Amino acid sequence: MGKFAPWVGYLIALLGLPQLFDSVLAITIFNQMAIAIVFALSYNMLLGQGGMLSFGHAVYFGLGGFMAVHALILIEFETVYFSITLIPLVGGLIGLIAAIFVGSFSTHKAGTVFAMISLGIGELVAASSLIFVSFFGGEAGVSADRTFGPPFFGIEFFQDVEIYYLSAGWVFASTVFMYLFTQTPAGSMANAVRDNPERAEFIGYSARRVRFISFCSSGFFAGVAGGLFALNYEFITEENLNAVTSGRVLLMAYIGGLGYFIGPIIGAVVLTLMNSLLSNYTELWMLYLGIMFVLTVLFLPRGFAGFIMMHQTAWLSGRLSSLVLPYLITGIPAIMFGGSILAAIEMLHHGGESFGFLFVTLDSGNALHWFALTSVGAASHFACRLSLGQLTSAWEEANQSEDTTERGPS
Amino acid sequence: MLEVFVFSTLNGLVTGLLLFMLASGLTLIFSMMGVLNFAHASFYMLGAYFAYSVSLKLGFWAGLFFAPLLVGTLGALVERYALRRVHAHGHVAELVFTFGLAFLIEEAVQFFWGADTKNYRSPDLLDFPLFVLFGQEFSAYRGFMIAISVGIFLVLFYVLTRSRIGIIIQAAITHPHTVANLGHNVPLIFMVVFGVGTALAGVAGVIAGPVLTTFPGMAVVLGSIVFVIVVIGGLGSLGGAFVASLMIGLLQSYAIASNLGMSDLLNLLGLDFSRDHPLNDLWTLTLPQIAPVLPFLLLVLVLIFRPTGLAGKREE
Repeated sequence: MGKFAPWVGYLIALLGLPQLFDSVLAITIFNQMAIAIVFALSYNMLLGQGGMLSFGHAVYFGLGGFMAVHALILIEFETVYFSITLIPLVGGLIGLIAAIFVGSFSTHKAGTVFAMISLGIGELVAASSLIFVSFFGGEAGVSADRTFGPPFFGIEFFQDVEIYYLSAGWVFASTVFMYLFTQTPAGSMANAVRDNPERAEFIGYSARRVRFISFCSSGFFAGVAGGLFALNYEFITEENLNAVTSGRVLLMAYIGGLGYFIGPIIGAVVLTLMNSLLSNYTELWMLYLGIMFVLTVLFLPRGFAGFIMMHQTAWLSGRLSSLVLPYLITGIPAIMFGGSILAAIEMLHHGGESFGFLFVTLDSGNALHWFALTSVGAASHFACRLSLGQLTSAWEEANQSEDTTERGPS
Repeated sequence: MLEVFVFSTLNGLVTGLLLFMLASGLTLIFSMMGVLNFAHASFYMLGAYFAYSVSLKLGFWAGLFFAPLLVGTLGALVERYALRRVHAHGHVAELVFTFGLAFLIEEAVQFFWGADTKNYRSPDLLDFPLFVLFGQEFSAYRGFMIAISVGIFLVLFYVLTRSRIGIIIQAAITHPHTVANLGHNVPLIFMVVFGVGTALAGVAGVIAGPVLTTFPGMAVVLGSIVFVIVVIGGLGSLGGAFVASLMIGLLQSYAIASNLGMSDLLNLLGLDFSRDHPLNDLWTLTLPQIAPVLPFLLLVLVLIFRPTGLAGKREE
């Protein structure tokens, strides 16, 4: 039962969210999250588990999405007749076919060569999509209507929330299958080839073949995500297969935490939330996203999931509670320091006019405000530096190995 | 016809040499640290913006002097305080870091200078036609661009192969531990080379800004092309980068100037398709249309058939 508990929790979370938050905005965000989760998980399959850094993963997402929209058009004109619940499968198959084709020559090497081929393919496909207007629709993209298919148990998918439940089903199934993939011999070999291709070859596995299998599976799930995108938005443009989308999925997977299965899910949720909520509050959210990304790479190389997993030792030995107070002592000034940096950036941005920041109104023309901000920033920075020592020692104490401390009754 | 050819060659030369200025720094940094710096073109963009800001106060020539210095200092700081830290986490982390840095620099440029195009102009001193050929003018500024690029190439080549510093740098690339044992500060050498590499990108930005327009997307426009050049030329090879830069520059400029298309090829083969053929877009392709894609096509082909590039070393 304990093995299945996370999955039951995941399913309940997926199905329960629209019950808790049922506004139109919330459903829109949940739909975006569903797409992002599948896409980011498929990317992690490639980079986190297979060790292949791709700068063109959006190709499989986009091609799957385009074909899915075309499939919707075919349903609309009654050329073919099947339920739109299967549209993500169409996207997945197209992603798979594209991945089989590209993978046949790109998985020869991992590392820089693979990264460069993926960049080249990404640019080629993005540029071709603007040339072949009849299929890709040029700058405007192609659009369809999802409501023409045969109803699915009486549901005709007029509303976004109905699409959300459909997506949730696909997200859950995709997550389960991607997790199961990591448990298969192919998944274990993917890790082996990532860590040491030479040794994998010596025990009789073709590193290329192993990479090819990971690459194709990853392309399939990227295509599924593209199909979900097509169902949700009912249109798709060139932007969904170019370098910007490829970059975004890299960002999500990396910030969430590569190598941990749950990492990309965290990354997808956090980035989608930032994307849709933060952009309401500030024009500079892209700048903050960039800062966050660079700081994550610098200080949390294993992402948010890695940060959480760092506490495993302390948790298992029951000493996690001893870390709460030290975290608060260092964390509060750290947050204040970060906040004053943000306030300074916003003040520079709003040259000369006053604006609301959190609970106060700031005016960049007012020297007193600058003075107050600098003092808060400097004081919190100082407090942060001062308290860092106690956090480090508390951390070391909580993570001491079992041998050096006395064992409690078992 | 000849007139088109001559001018495409000249323009291709200008573009190619400009690309080389970026590629030389990138390939130098690659051979040193084994990492492709995604943010390299962002330093080129910073060069243009710094020069624009300086030129508003002190004029173009001051910009040409100060902007590369600023960019180089910034590059050295990035190496010292960020890249060195990420290096411990492996190559993927480094590549991803430079990718994030490129993203951040683009946003920062929009923050400080705004999203609009800047009116960064070439100096009045060079505002005259250098020569007139077939009734078309070739501006002195373009001649100046060629002169600067060639000059930098010669100086770089001389310093790297003939001077004592160059020999130490080359040794540090292949045998860092031995060089360190001989008493040289290898991390400092790396920092300086990174700084000089980014400063070169800065110079390219200063002189390209007025011609290619100074706007926040200018790094993206050139960024991936420079990657292509470095890979096609053979990672780490300065000579290969030089040949590949000129090749890509000329290829693009010829493709844009030509008016050949698929229809000509089909005529040659005696084939004809009606307008409503499903693949009509394919049959009506023209060379100028696919000019931006050609470098990437070349990249993929080179990587498939000769992954070490034109002048790359044979893989172990």
